[in-house]
Amino acid sequence: MSRISTGHGPRPAGGGFETFSWYFFRVSGVMLIFLVIIHLIIMHVTNDVSCTTYMFVSMRYANPFWRLFDWLLLTLALTHGMNGLRVVIDDYASSASARLWLQSIVGVLLLVFFMLGTITLITFQPVPAALQGAQCVSSFTQAK
Amino acid sequence: MYKGQAGMWSWLFHRVSGLAILLFLLIHIVDISMLSFGPTVYNNSILLFDQWEVRLLSLSLIAAIFYHAFNGIRIMLIDFWAKAVKYQKVLFAIVLVVTVALLIPATYFVMGPVLSWFIHVPVASVSH
Repeated sequence: MSRISTGHGPRPAGGGFETFSWYFFRVSGVMLIFLVIIHLIIMHVTNDVSCTTYMFVSMRYANPFWRLFDWLLLTLALTHGMNGLRVVIDDYASSASARLWLQSIVGVLLLVFFMLGTITLITFQPVPAALQGAQCVSSFTQAK
Repeated sequence: MYKGQAGMWSWLFHRVSGLAILLFLLIHIVDISMLSFGPTVYNNSILLFDQWEVRLLSLSLIAAIFYHAFNGIRIMLIDFWAKAVKYQKVLFAIVLVVTVALLIPATYFVMGPVLSWFIHVPVASVSH
């Protein structure tokens, strides 16, 4: 079948959920590239992971910007990933009951983990006694 | 076994890396929720991430993230730039090279603190 070139690759054009999902992967993917790179740099480059203690989190989360940043990372990564899991299940589950069960599990997982992450981010209040606590807990890095 | 070409492998690695990252994410949400249980519990869970076995797992996670991100960019180029489909194999090669290249500094940062007994590696510390 010959087709006048549209100047771009094929894509689902129906306008329904699958079209939304197709664009959602790409838009969330681009945003995630920036969010994840920054997250990795903070946790592994400018600090070591053994220094990301309760104190470290308290200092970061004193600024609501970081709570929002982390929440955005949580939401986008979780929805991007669960949508991907939905596509994978769609590819391999053929019986109607298997699809119902597995896709329902995807939805439940999305809800449960989104709630757990959001509640953690919103309700975190540092325990006052901890504010004199350890800054690095490793035996490899200097205990401070 | 069907010996596919670059397109098949790139798709397969994209799917596998995506699922691996998702699995880690679910575990990560749970370990961060330990914050709600106070500093002692949370700091003990941080100690887990310091073990060299877990650091090695973290490094493979970072490899998965790099591959998934760069191949994702490749996919978007193919979607939105008409000429890219002609270059898809070259783009795949670039994705692999960049992934491996960035893994070298990543190994330094993630495994460095564990190897300091072996080679002296300056360790990043909390800066104020």
